[in-house]
Amino acid sequence: MTARLGVLTEPPRGTHYTFGGDEWIVVQLSEAMSLDVNLKAQVLTRALAEKALPGIVEICLSNASYMVRIDPDVVRPTVLVEQLRELEAAHSDFRSITLRTRIVDVPVLFEDEWTAATVQRFRDRHQRPDLTDLEFAAELNGYGSTDEFIDAMVSAPALVSMIGFVPTVPWGYQLVPEERQIEVPKYVRPRTFTPERAFAWGGAFSAIYPVDGAGGYQLFGMCPAPIVQPEQSLHDFRESFSFPRPGDLFNYRRIEREEFDEIRARVTEGSFRYRLAELDFTPAEWFARPDETVAAMQELLYGA
Amino acid sequence: MALEILRPGLMTTVQDEGRTQGYALGMPPSGAMDRFSYHVANALVGNPSGAAVLECTYLGPEIGFSQATTFAVTGADLPVHLNGKEIQPWASHRAEAGDVLGFGFLRSGARAYIAVAGGIDVEPVMGSRSTYTLCGMGGFQGRALRAGDLLPVGADATGTPGRSLPAALVPDFAGPAELRVVVGLASYRVTPDSLAAFFETEWQVTPDANRVGYRYRGGLVEWVPRTQPRGAGSDPANVVDIGYPIGSIQIPGGTEPIALLNDAVTGGGYATIGTIISSDIQVAGQTKTGDVTRFCPVSIDAALGARQEARARLAKAREAIEARS
Repeated sequence: MTARLGVLTEPPRGTHYTFGGDEWIVVQLSEAMSLDVNLKAQVLTRALAEKALPGIVEICLSNASYMVRIDPDVVRPTVLVEQLRELEAAHSDFRSITLRTRIVDVPVLFEDEWTAATVQRFRDRHQRPDLTDLEFAAELNGYGSTDEFIDAMVSAPALVSMIGFVPTVPWGYQLVPEERQIEVPKYVRPRTFTPERAFAWGGAFSAIYPVDGAGGYQLFGMCPAPIVQPEQSLHDFRESFSFPRPGDLFNYRRIEREEFDEIRARVTEGSFRYRLAELDFTPAEWFARPDETVAAMQELLYGA
Repeated sequence: MALEILRPGLMTTVQDEGRTQGYALGMPPSGAMDRFSYHVANALVGNPSGAAVLECTYLGPEIGFSQATTFAVTGADLPVHLNGKEIQPWASHRAEAGDVLGFGFLRSGARAYIAVAGGIDVEPVMGSRSTYTLCGMGGFQGRALRAGDLLPVGADATGTPGRSLPAALVPDFAGPAELRVVVGLASYRVTPDSLAAFFETEWQVTPDANRVGYRYRGGLVEWVPRTQPRGAGSDPANVVDIGYPIGSIQIPGGTEPIALLNDAVTGGGYATIGTIISSDIQVAGQTKTGDVTRFCPVSIDAALGARQEARARLAKAREAIEARS
């Protein structure tokens, strides 16, 4: 059956081009996550958007892959796959490129009362019911205390490597060398509730839950500022209901309750704006001098 | 002109053709699950293609008309009543001010469509009037309808009563559903025998079936053993989080396949093994809890052929409606 349909029976070697029915093409660049593979996905999706090929309805970046929604009445899926292969062949060095992006200050109140209550409510679905999510993750990643673990999470920004699941969820892959990457499992069984604006981590990715809902990521804190605003009244939402954009650099910053309440008040009165700076991110510089490059980015965001 | 919701039914929402932008930011298209029934409902009352209608799941609502207008009911097979008297589905009727539209119990199918001349006139959100309830966006206040809601209807149309779809063109929703699937994505994660068995299994729709997706029960899937790649998570059903096409089939834990439909979550970390072709999404959308479903593997060329057939069938239905009016 699989041979007749031209379906892979072995794991793919290299990029896997595959049809998602008649309206989607999924391009899996790698089975494993890395900064390199996400940079490749960022570059290819941006290059594809610039080409504006007929029949492409939408281009969706993912962590180690990308996906294209197509109109097969305009372009045959098999023809488009060939065009995507050509696009891939035309690009090779994904570290020496420059990504025009933004670095954003994302304040987080860690160990807040709301996620703490949620964590307690769903202890029976967790690997370690005797610990909080933060204690569990700190221990698992070899940190001596939750404070040291929080320091690690806010030490370097996260590259927004994918947006979705539900609208505007930013998946962040932290700009630290692989040996310093934080990795945690998801809950054994997903929670039925997660509070809006919860800051979380699952696998190698940080995330923010835009609205109340189910979820399986480890819960560490709460963001005072929204990432989704359907009514688009806040300054940062004028162009889109979604604040996160693919390729953003989210610099999480530990705040105390006083600042959390101040930001909440500004969100409510409509005057809140994210602190951010536009920048050109050159991955080659980061690979050569990761800590210095991150420090320079943070200086651009916060001033000397 | 307004529709007054007297009883909301189980899950009645405003839907149209759905959104074509937003998936890259996690926003699914939404829109009517059964495209054929949706388009025919609009054609019957003389609405332009793309007008918003009501989609009613499992249990029909009770609706009062504030003014005289034209309406039609298509989709799932259930008795349609105007002021308590049974009327013909798949046909347009005139309603007078104060008339009440109601429904009997479902016989087959899952979703009925109510079109009213002028269309449901809620404010479009991101290019569509479709309701996306998960995030409370679009439609009528971003939610399913409740008793007491007053739904605005486009004022400029009176519609054409007395039109109908010939019985031969009315779809039959009884019996097992067959959903054609283009195999691919991470299908190599499943052993060949297990993949073959997947397509021979009679799957049953579980109670966990809604506009986001349908969960099925009836078999097991066996994964090819491997060392999990970096970032994928420890479960053999896990992959590095990836985009999910509409119609894609994932199998968390290897036991209960989930097919994602119009309100899909746009990505996640479960291996997907194939995608229901676009013209069969509406077939899935007319199945309900307990119904039997079979998945049938097809080539991409067959999927494109089926797309043309679905279009031809709709064109034929539109012509027949015009010819009989």
